[in-house]
Amino acid sequence: MHRRRWKAYLFLLPWLIGLVWFTLGPMVWSLYYSFTDFSLLQAPNWVGGDNYARMLTDARFHASVRVTLIYVAVSVPLELVASLGLALLLNQGIKGLAVYRAIYYVPSLLGGSVAIAVLWRQIFGPDGLVDKGLELVGVHVPALISSPGTALGTLVALRVWQFGAPMLIFLAALRQVPADVLEAAQIDGAGPVRRFFAVTLPLITPIVFFNLVLQVIGAFQAFTPAYIISGGSGGPADSTLFYTLYLYQRAFGSFQMGYGAAMAWVLLIVIGLFTLANFLVGKYWVYYEDGGRV
Amino acid sequence: MSDTETLTRDRQRARDANRRRTSAIRHAFLAALGFVLFYPLLWMLGSSFKRTDQIFSEAAPWTTQPILDNYARGWDATGLPFGWHIGLSLAICALTIVGNCLSCSLTAYAFARMRFPGRRILFAVMLVTIMLPAHVTLIAQYSMFRTLGWVDTILPLVVPKFFAVEAFFVFLMVQFIRSIPVELDEAARIDGCGDFGIYARVILPLLTPALVTTAIFSFIWAYNDFFSQLIYLSSLDRLTVPLALRRFLDGAGHSDWGRCSR
Repeated sequence: MHRRRWKAYLFLLPWLIGLVWFTLGPMVWSLYYSFTDFSLLQAPNWVGGDNYARMLTDARFHASVRVTLIYVAVSVPLELVASLGLALLLNQGIKGLAVYRAIYYVPSLLGGSVAIAVLWRQIFGPDGLVDKGLELVGVHVPALISSPGTALGTLVALRVWQFGAPMLIFLAALRQVPADVLEAAQIDGAGPVRRFFAVTLPLITPIVFFNLVLQVIGAFQAFTPAYIISGGSGGPADSTLFYTLYLYQRAFGSFQMGYGAAMAWVLLIVIGLFTLANFLVGKYWVYYEDGGRV
Repeated sequence: MSDTETLTRDRQRARDANRRRTSAIRHAFLAALGFVLFYPLLWMLGSSFKRTDQIFSEAAPWTTQPILDNYARGWDATGLPFGWHIGLSLAICALTIVGNCLSCSLTAYAFARMRFPGRRILFAVMLVTIMLPAHVTLIAQYSMFRTLGWVDTILPLVVPKFFAVEAFFVFLMVQFIRSIPVELDEAARIDGCGDFGIYARVILPLLTPALVTTAIFSFIWAYNDFFSQLIYLSSLDRLTVPLALRRFLDGAGHSDWGRCSR
């Protein structure tokens, strides 16, 4: 039996090497760099907590935190509501379900790509599709994408446009809701709205939770759309300066690798805290049929 | 025909009409929404056949005088034929797919079917790495790959995939292998198969659906990936499709730090 135990590590060897070489090792080094003035070109000097202290007074850092928090707080709920709503509609035994499902999913597939970010720049840009469309009803919006007040909104719209992926997961969950329970509720006189809130929603809370956790983690790390749409600047007036974009600018634009590493660790801690909070709060609203906990 | 029968039939008919109406409204809504969601893509497709001044003057995706000029000019707008960039992207995708399928299935087999000390802890570690933001390893990885002389090659994008770094796929395959009956393993073992034989001859063929899923997602993620390509690739002949697209966008505005850091 001992031989077999030893063999398992042979199977795990590639993963173990990868874990140490590409994950754990770089994490330790990143943590070290975050306490140095590492610039890639010169050997790092230990500067203690300076990088972290600098964040407190760095106005652009504050802007990036604000932009990212707004983005997460607005786009994630909108995306979840849209995806659940559409999943409910599609779950009504509709003909041509496969076609609708495919159409709604395509934006999710393409969404992270540069091509779509370029497209978005055209749509919301000066004389873009949105401007042309609104002109028909007599409203003129010169360039949503280049005004500080609306630029972030266009990026939120881009994320909500990609509701297809969570929608597919919701759709699969809705299929699992037992029809007899819904029927029983109907016989007891519950209308469609009541049935949704009293039966369907509680039964799919684990999946709502799953989508929520994943979308929050994903939204915190958004990068490509902001980078492409603002040409890498996070403008206009830092209104689309996502956290990851600022990290990139600091680390790879001005070679402040130490500061970048510190920012990465703050990001990790914030995502960790948000995920932990989700799990803690989840205990009160996520319902598991086997009585288990989140 | 009795009165009650007529009544039921009328009611039935009314109900059918009602159902048809709801269904029609629903379809109208779903189709309209689908059209709105798809319109930007159609518009982009249409724009590729328009002159620049037409793109900005017409909101309709179609045009009366389609031209192919954009494709001809776009094809070598970076100075290299666009097929070069596509080929490079596809090569990265192919290696990513092979790497992910091989390394993740080996890892998943061990986690799903073998008993060994530290199994629970290692499995938990694997799950945690799924949620780890890439940024936290980014800078140290970059510095390491630079020391190795791998910057501006595709190695940083491809080599890690052969070491099961995309733990999401490991998790997917573990879940899938758990649904394969253990009796098959046992039968193979009785027939003289070792662990590797079971993995290669029993599990791997049955794992095909999960492997296909892995391949598809590996492809999409690798093809669409922008961040790591932006960081690691900078020479013209190393530009992938996303990077080439960006270069169209701001021909003058690209940062050249990649070259100066070499």
